[in-house]
Amino acid sequence: MRVRLAPVATLFLAVLLIGAARGAPAPARTVSEAEVHEIAGGLRCVVCQNLSVADSPSEMARQMRAIVRERLESGESPAEVVQYFVDRYGEWILLSPRRSGFTLLVWLAPLVAVALGLAIVGVLVWKWTRRPATTGAARRVDPAMRERIRRETEAEP
Amino acid sequence: MSRRAWRWLIPLSALPVLALLAYGFRVNPREIPSPLVGRPAPGFALTTFDGAPLTLEAQRGKVVVVNFWASWCYPACYEEAPVLERSWRAYRDRGVVVVGVDIQDKAEAAQKFIRDFGLSFPNAPDPTGKVSVDFGTYGVPETFFIDRRGRIRAKHVGALTDEVLRTRVEPLLGEPAG
Amino acid sequence: MIPELGYGAAIVALVLALWGAVTAALGARTGRPALLLSAQHAALAVFVLVTACFALLTYAFLTFDFSVRYVATNTNLGTPFYYRITGVWGALEGSIILWTWMLGLYTLIVILRHREGARELYPWVLTVMLGVLAFFLLVITVAAPPFARQAPVPADGRGLNPLLEDTGMITHPVALYLGFTGLTVPFAFAMAALITGRVGDAWITLTRRWTIVAWYFLSLGLLIGGWWSYHVLGWGGYWAWDPVENAAFMPWLTATAFLHSVMIQERRRMLKLWNISLVILTFSLTLFGTFLTRSGVIASVHAFTQGTIGAFFLSFLALVLLTALGLLAVRWDALHAQGELDSIVSRESAFLLNNVLFVAATFTVFFGTVFPLLSEAARGVKVSVGAPFFNQVNVPLFLALIFLMGVGPLIAWRRASFDNLRRNFLWPVLVGVAAAAFFFSLGVRSAIAVLVLALTVFVASTITVDFARASRARVRLGEPLLPAMGGLLRRHNRRYGGFGVHLGILIIAVGVTGSQAWSVQTETTLRRGEYAELAGYRVRFEDLTASEESNHFKVAGAFTVSNGRGLGVLRPAKKFYPQETSPIAYVDYRLGLREDIYLVLGDFARDGSQATVKFQVNRLVSWIWIGGLVLTAGAVLAILPEKKKAA
Repeated sequence: MRVRLAPVATLFLAVLLIGAARGAPAPARTVSEAEVHEIAGGLRCVVCQNLSVADSPSEMARQMRAIVRERLESGESPAEVVQYFVDRYGEWILLSPRRSGFTLLVWLAPLVAVALGLAIVGVLVWKWTRRPATTGAARRVDPAMRERIRRETEAEP
Repeated sequence: MSRRAWRWLIPLSALPVLALLAYGFRVNPREIPSPLVGRPAPGFALTTFDGAPLTLEAQRGKVVVVNFWASWCYPACYEEAPVLERSWRAYRDRGVVVVGVDIQDKAEAAQKFIRDFGLSFPNAPDPTGKVSVDFGTYGVPETFFIDRRGRIRAKHVGALTDEVLRTRVEPLLGEPAG
Repeated sequence: MIPELGYGAAIVALVLALWGAVTAALGARTGRPALLLSAQHAALAVFVLVTACFALLTYAFLTFDFSVRYVATNTNLGTPFYYRITGVWGALEGSIILWTWMLGLYTLIVILRHREGARELYPWVLTVMLGVLAFFLLVITVAAPPFARQAPVPADGRGLNPLLEDTGMITHPVALYLGFTGLTVPFAFAMAALITGRVGDAWITLTRRWTIVAWYFLSLGLLIGGWWSYHVLGWGGYWAWDPVENAAFMPWLTATAFLHSVMIQERRRMLKLWNISLVILTFSLTLFGTFLTRSGVIASVHAFTQGTIGAFFLSFLALVLLTALGLLAVRWDALHAQGELDSIVSRESAFLLNNVLFVAATFTVFFGTVFPLLSEAARGVKVSVGAPFFNQVNVPLFLALIFLMGVGPLIAWRRASFDNLRRNFLWPVLVGVAAAAFFFSLGVRSAIAVLVLALTVFVASTITVDFARASRARVRLGEPLLPAMGGLLRRHNRRYGGFGVHLGILIIAVGVTGSQAWSVQTETTLRRGEYAELAGYRVRFEDLTASEESNHFKVAGAFTVSNGRGLGVLRPAKKFYPQETSPIAYVDYRLGLREDIYLVLGDFARDGSQATVKFQVNRLVSWIWIGGLVLTAGAVLAILPEKKKAA
């Protein structure tokens, strides 16, 4: 039986190409300064006090920025690059805590504070505007006081 | 609780905050535990100052002590260099390898350091810092103790002493390489 | 000999402070003037002794007395003369002496100003001030003695931290501490009010100027700190939300809230409980600030930590908080008066909202600062809470506050009628919206930047509307324009001073927004003659020069900057100090109204053939410093003595 070469060859080539595409690393891409800066801005410089890897003038930070750039260029996504650092340094290296789990608390704090404050003020304002208007109106003076006023005003020297 | 009693909540509310601050005395904010302890050590492929290749793979089966240092790290690295050399000489025949990785340094200064302390174990520079970041180091000196199966078992931050080295290495020696 | 004298003076001062505090309290209880007089004399003596301590320590610095450990750790033979003076407060022990000295000075001023006027409150105010003084003197004598000797005496000292060799060192701690210690006075008055039960308005009226002055110095200290960070630390920023920065910012936030809510108590006699609570909170936050800076409990740039001092501060903070809040609970009934509000659309509401926002911001910053501790205590995991978090959560709060800055001063008390709202706000709202459209059309895409700019225009318009209307009224009465305006400012100096401060804050807000949204940077390695370009500027590396200074070795790179026309040469450098393991970056910059050019030298080749430079173009940063100047003018105007009405 004669096998037709062309279709087989095409099929074979197709399989090869598909296999290659799935196994090969993502193509290298140019990475902008801004992208590196953004990721580095979220990582804590490990030899400084409270500076980000983007801001720190230290040598270690410079090396870390280069590593970020290299990993981005090799096709890793920003999340993967960040995870690489977290795997090696722990959550501590994130300058902004994750918005999940225990650390969600620190993100909720401002919302809770404002909500609570507004609620308290709201209740107070409601109570205070309910009062009948007493401003300016003559308050009732009790008889003992009235008597005393009379005595004192009449007792002018 | 009567209405009068609620007001005492105000001074009492200060107590948890004060307690939290007092707790702060028990912790050291600079000590960051390594998440790599118990996990397989990251591989590395470096070239020693003498030009020989140095990989973690090649040390499989031995207990590996990876020490990160720099010539400008004074006084800690200067204190521990003799300790490392002594340990190397004492343990090398028992299946222990001491490896030094020099980070953020200049070649001449590093080589002078090695000469001054007479270090005979393999030392390699890590010019891009990739190995140091791979190990999650945040300063020098830091030392990692890797068992025969290639897992990091302990991390020591700061200058090593003979005591520390012994207590870290001995248990790992007794383990099988399988 | 000198150090022993200093130590002796501190001990005597401690005893006298305690004596004075007890005597003043007894004088208050028994009403005997002789006791009060004795307390006053004790306060004077304490001030003289602390001044002597300070002078002796400075003398030790100037004469290179390395037998004193503090001197040896903070100077060396090469330290220039003026840094030997400012270095006195460069580290822990000396900074406590500076703090104590200022407290003593304020106590004296309180005595001179209030011994006649505030009969009931004054003795207790004196008690509290002397009590706080006694605590700090206790710290000086026991926990952090500046005069501790060491043997053997080293031939040379270690030297001042090179980052502190800067004019910022002279002014930043001084301004900041004047602010912190100044806040002790309103606190003392509040405590006196609680103790005597006179929780009415007397204590507030008496402390109004004190609060503004202390608030101003705190603002100044924060701004100078920002300037120092910007031009010395080499990262191109002015605020990092470092825990110690936060610790100074929190009392500023509550003090600002207090400055505003006080106005409600003055006008409407409401919020007594709230005002006293705010003052207690503010003072406690200043103590928390010193605790944080000196205990090492949270890692920070200002790491000055030492032994037991943290425990001292925490104990004192606990004492103050529990006593003050306990007294508050005792006096609850007198304080907890029913308030009255005619309408929710009123200045009172605006001020209440202002307070909610400020206190919410304070809580957010506090919680974020201590969260790493909480995380470790609760689940043993260390986390970081840094600038990205604080920036994100605080921005909405500050935007709302800026909006309120425009609404508050113009909206009517009690009830704002529709007419009042229209008259005051129609124009500014329209102008603000137009500004938003304008900026958007200019290409500003960041929503926050557009909002800040539009809100700034809105608030500035409200101020202009108010000032224009008032000036016009005077002009209509026959006064020429300029004297009318001047007269307005002088007669209503509180109001217009406040406007001035608001304007200053607006300018700062624009500066902060601009620098965050539009600054750019790049980092490259250049060989001699090569250049880098950014934002229209070209920076060319010329060469490196090395020089030997009195206490360090300096390598400077020469970079020519141009943007079409030559702008001169910048020389960022690396300074190598023998006492530091790594070199200190020395930044060079060219400031401008719209943008600053900022260069930091990185690595370089020994032979000067190439150098790495970080090149930043920072936008609108100068507006922050200018805003500070405007704020100063506003604050000065606000505290001028009131001009009596013409008969």
